Amino acid sequence: MKNSVNREIPDDLMKKYDYEGFKTTEIGNPEIQRVAPKVHVSTGDNKVVDSIKDVVKETVKDGMTISFHHHFRNGDFVFNEVMREVIDLGIKDLTLAPSSLTGVMNDMVIEAIKAGTITNITSSGMRGSLGDFVSHGGLKKPVIFRSHGNRARAIEHGDIKIDVAFLGVPNADKLGNANGMEGDAVFGSLGYALMDAQYADKVVLLTDNIKSYPNTPASIKQTQVDYVVKVDKVGDPDKIGSGATRFTKDPKELKIASTVNDVIVNSPYFKDGFSFQTGSGGAALAVTRYLRQAMIDNKIKASFALGGITKPTTDLLKEGLIDRIMDVQDFDKGAAESMHTNPKQQEIDASWYADPDNKGAMVDQLDVVILSALEIDTKFNVNVMSGSDGVIRGAIGGHQDAATGKLTIISAPLVRGRIATIVPDVTTVVTPGDSVDVLVTEYGIAINPKRQDLVKALSSLPGVPVYHIEDLQKMAEAKVGKPKPLEFTDRTVALIEYRDGSLIDAIREVKD
Amino acid sequence: MAETEERLRRTMMFVPGNNPAMVKDAGIYGADSIMFDLEDAVSMTEKDAARVLVYESLKTQDYGDAELVVRVNGQDTEYYHNDVIAMVKAGIDVIRLPKVESADMIKTLVKDVEAAEKQVGREVGSTHVMAAIESAKGVLNVAEIAAASNRMIGVALSAEDYTTDMKTHRYPDGAELEFSRNMVLHAARAAGIAAFDTVFTNMDDTDGFYRETRYIHQLGFDGKSLVNPRQIAMVNDVYQPTEKEIENAKNVINAIEEAKVKGSGVISMNGQMVDRPVVLRAQRVMMLAKASNLLDEEGNYIEK
Repeated sequence: MKNSVNREIPDDLMKKYDYEGFKTTEIGNPEIQRVAPKVHVSTGDNKVVDSIKDVVKETVKDGMTISFHHHFRNGDFVFNEVMREVIDLGIKDLTLAPSSLTGVMNDMVIEAIKAGTITNITSSGMRGSLGDFVSHGGLKKPVIFRSHGNRARAIEHGDIKIDVAFLGVPNADKLGNANGMEGDAVFGSLGYALMDAQYADKVVLLTDNIKSYPNTPASIKQTQVDYVVKVDKVGDPDKIGSGATRFTKDPKELKIASTVNDVIVNSPYFKDGFSFQTGSGGAALAVTRYLRQAMIDNKIKASFALGGITKPTTDLLKEGLIDRIMDVQDFDKGAAESMHTNPKQQEIDASWYADPDNKGAMVDQLDVVILSALEIDTKFNVNVMSGSDGVIRGAIGGHQDAATGKLTIISAPLVRGRIATIVPDVTTVVTPGDSVDVLVTEYGIAINPKRQDLVKALSSLPGVPVYHIEDLQKMAEAKVGKPKPLEFTDRTVALIEYRDGSLIDAIREVKD
Repeated sequence: MAETEERLRRTMMFVPGNNPAMVKDAGIYGADSIMFDLEDAVSMTEKDAARVLVYESLKTQDYGDAELVVRVNGQDTEYYHNDVIAMVKAGIDVIRLPKVESADMIKTLVKDVEAAEKQVGREVGSTHVMAAIESAKGVLNVAEIAAASNRMIGVALSAEDYTTDMKTHRYPDGAELEFSRNMVLHAARAAGIAAFDTVFTNMDDTDGFYRETRYIHQLGFDGKSLVNPRQIAMVNDVYQPTEKEIENAKNVINAIEEAKVKGSGVISMNGQMVDRPVVLRAQRVMMLAKASNLLDEEGNYIEK
């Protein structure tokens, strides 16, 4: 069938996995039932163990679902150490359900798939060799991609039922009270892992830093933890986040960032008490710098900043330009440290951040959000998942979730090298055009025609030409030409869920 | 002077002719003039490739209202003739000749350009030229160079070669350039063409860049050659007229309109006659105000 963003979704898979096609960005007010984990009762006295192997042997059985978090990003040691034991123990047919997969995990996942250890994957994204492997049909069953908010929803619904969660932490006491803020491998907020800690049947913490009991502040609590495994090192601090965040000097990125700032400042949302979410890329950081100046010049303060947090954002908190940071993830050491020291920086879990099936999530209160795109099409649909070659090389992250903000700005160059960013139809729809309001490029902006109020507010900004998105697409095509259509086989290698759990698109195996 | 209507030339942005990404993006920064460089920025092995790249870009890319300039290789090089023919064929607005030391060099360029125009079927006289002054000899002859052809639109001082020729180098206060700047500026004004100041290369010294730009603005230069798009906003900032200047200019323009309506040959404002220089300055202020986005659609000053 074709869903409401005109994507052909394979009927057999819809039936098999009991899916509905994507209809609307509106969530409505349904009543839902959440699940609860099994609890293996104990007084907690014998949780500390030295051997990953023993714990894996004890907890992981064929056919189970295991999970990890990706807060260590490319500095993660935990995933590979655990998976080594899982593969070597000959365990088969597992579902891998991490919050996301980073590059450092790729080789191990591929090995585990080849060994029959992993037969199902759900993740926020994947890149590099693993994306390539899956896109070429390396995994038999389709990968299910879910946004951070949708993962929280799926866990709460029981769509993802985690049997064992392996969660690396930079500190923990003998009963499992842990946080992400102290130790060698700090990463700040444990936001995504908090879901696993709360809903997995078995929770295994891995740490290189056993603290005296009781360890506070405790983001993960002893009431949730079954085992605490002492390891040599949980991660490489240098690869967890960038040490010092540097502002871009790329004139094109600066130009886009300054235009994004113009759009924000001239929108109806730029007023005292507004809220915003930016990303971590060069242009996003530059936006934060421009926005800071605009807030000072206009004597405007923000009520909160949300999402993945960077040092430039925590600097605004320190300066008093932001009243609170609601922090699901930190991208650099500065931000992680600020969460430790500044009580106005609140750690939030993925459900609080972005779960649509909630009694109110932070994203529902969000005014301004700046997001990026691999591709955006003339219907404002955004792709952050597949490359121009059709190969999986991205992550949904919080894209679909944050895009529900009142003013969603996509910042993207018209073309990247010889590849158009603005296209007639995106390769993969991840975020539906209905939730996107303004596209900012180095040539000018395009406003979603559904937002006539913004067309009115933004149409006569000096130095910011407004185009129809079709004209920007034609400009891009005039520069780089019309690419040959991508070729795919009929086999589906990945399914893209919308944040409500409906199917928004499918990715097919690339034909080489 | 080649053009009857004055155009703004606050910023002439250098773009290496061998860098596809920079050539492609050159139009997005709002430079008044874009100067594609086939000379110093391009190594010997890439001369042909750069010429082809710039040619194709001029034929296919949209650079908006910017004046398009190309710096060809010097007349003493084997690349010069092919550069001139290709750029004339591509429809370039202005050819900038480096290391000009005499009026004869410009006359030779004009002859070569005219031949190229005839060869490629372009309207004769439609290609403008300008001279870069890069030596003591060039500075001393700049008056005759500026007046060498009615295709000339400007002269530019190029301080790196010039200071080497003068056995000095660049200093923060610019004292070593005082004579050459004034010579170039006077020659340009006497010939009725534009004067461009030299580049400022230290991107980390924002204060120094502002200081130098304010100084050359005060002297009367049309604008500055730039090595980085980030400098454009800073130059425009310096050249931006004040609210008071704009209000005054508007009064002058209104007085002109009034005189026109009355059919009077004499323009008067507040009971005083308005001289031609005042009119010209007012027109320039309004042009700058418009370019600086300081006026709304009805020509009123926008409060910043």
